Amino acid sequence: MIPASFEYFCPTTLSEAIALLQKHGDDAKILSGGQSLLPMMKLRLASPPVIIDINRIDGLSYIRESDGYLRIGSLTREADLDVSGLIRSKYPILADTTSVIADPLVRNSATVGGNLAHADPANDHPATMLALNAEIVATGSKGARTIAIHDFFTGLFATALTPDEILTEIRIPVPAKRSGGAYVKVERKVGDFAIAAVAVQLTLDQNNSIQKAGIGLTNVGPTVIHAKDAEDFLVGKIAEPGVFGKAAELAANASQPSSDLRGPAEYKRALVKTLTVRALNRALERAKGGN
Amino acid sequence: MHIEVTVNGTKHAADVEPRLLLVHFLREVLNLTGTHIGCDTTSCGACSIVLNGRAIKSCTLLAVQANGGDILTVEGLAVGGKLHALQEGFHEQHGLQCGFCTPGMMMTAYAFLKGNPKPTEDEIRWGISGNLCRCTGYVNIVKAIQYAAEKTGTE
Repeated sequence: MIPASFEYFCPTTLSEAIALLQKHGDDAKILSGGQSLLPMMKLRLASPPVIIDINRIDGLSYIRESDGYLRIGSLTREADLDVSGLIRSKYPILADTTSVIADPLVRNSATVGGNLAHADPANDHPATMLALNAEIVATGSKGARTIAIHDFFTGLFATALTPDEILTEIRIPVPAKRSGGAYVKVERKVGDFAIAAVAVQLTLDQNNSIQKAGIGLTNVGPTVIHAKDAEDFLVGKIAEPGVFGKAAELAANASQPSSDLRGPAEYKRALVKTLTVRALNRALERAKGGN
Repeated sequence: MHIEVTVNGTKHAADVEPRLLLVHFLREVLNLTGTHIGCDTTSCGACSIVLNGRAIKSCTLLAVQANGGDILTVEGLAVGGKLHALQEGFHEQHGLQCGFCTPGMMMTAYAFLKGNPKPTEDEIRWGISGNLCRCTGYVNIVKAIQYAAEKTGTE
C-alpha cells in the first residue's frame, strides 16, 4: 500500500515549521513518529497534500523536572520514556502506559506528543494525562500557550490545537508526597488497541484519606473519558475496598462504549469497572510507598 | 527529493518520491530483497530493519525520513562470508520454518541484544513481541536468540 502523493517539508527549526503551517493551513499535517499517520495514509484514510516532518527539529526530545513540573518534549519516543530512570522511579503510571503502547518496534518511533495530538480515543496517553492533570504546551505564530488537558480533546481525532500550532511539550505537575498512579489495560494481543483501559492517580494524606483523584478511561467513548463523578466521590474518603467498588461503578457509568470486534458494550462497561478497581488498588499501593 | 543513506556500510544516493516507503526503497531501488513485506500495516514486523541503532518497521517510515541515516538490513549481518551469531543460532536451533519472518526477527533481535546482551527468556519474548511468526515457531526463535546471546557473550 502506497500513500497518495504529497509535498514534503523537513524544517529544522520550530519557527520554520510554524511558518509552513501558516502557509498551508488545513492542507498540512505534522509528521512526528508517523506510527498512526503513515498507516492511515497507506490505507488512504488520510491523504494530506502537505507533510511537515518535525523529526529534524532539535530540542523537542527531553524528559526532565523543573519548576514543579515533569516536562516531556513532544518528540520524545515512547522507547525513551520506557527506559527513563526518572519515569520508572517517580512516574510508574507513565511507565505502565508507554510499555503497553503498540509493540517495541513501534515504540522506537512513536512519540508522546503524537500519541496525544492524534487524539484517537484508543490511544493510551490521553487517559493517563487526564489522570495526571497534565497541561499541553502549544507553540504557534503568536508564541506558546498552555492548554489544560481537560480542554485539549474536543472530539474524535480533534484537539484544541489551532491549524498553525504544534504540540511542543507536555507538563505534568510533580505529584505531592504519598501519590501514586497506575494504568491498567486489557488488549487482545500485543500491538492491539485497548478493549478498555483505565488510568488512576491518587494522592493520600497521612490518614490514607484521598486528597486528590484523577481517573481517565481509554477506548470506551468518542474521546478519552474523564470519570469525574468517580473522582469527586473518592475525594475525602478513606481508601479502602468498599469505596473503590463504588468509584469503579461510577467510572463504568461514565464510559460510553460501543459494541465492535473487541466485544459488546456491556462487556466493556463491566471491564471498566474491574480495571478501575485494579488500577485504584495499584495506585494506592504505590501511594503508600510500594511499587 | 535527493537522499543519501548508508546501508550495510555502503553509501547510496538516490532521487525518490517523498511517498516512497523505506521498505520499497530497500527492495526496489537498492534490490535488497532480504527485507520482507508481510502485513504492510505495521503489525507483523517482517520488514524490520535497524536504523541508527534502533529496530523499526520499514513499511512505516518514508525513505526521505531515513536521509542521512545508517541502516542495517539482514544482508549486512554476515561479515566476510561468516554468519552472524544470530544467523548461526537460527540455523542451529531450527529457528525458522517457512522463513518469511526470519529477516525481521533477526534484525529486531540484533538491536534488542545490543541493548540487553544477557536477556532472560521473558525479556526476549517481550523484545520480539512486535514480530509475528505465522508458523508459530516462537520456541525455537527464542532458543536461536538465546544461542546468539550466549555465543556473543563468550566471544
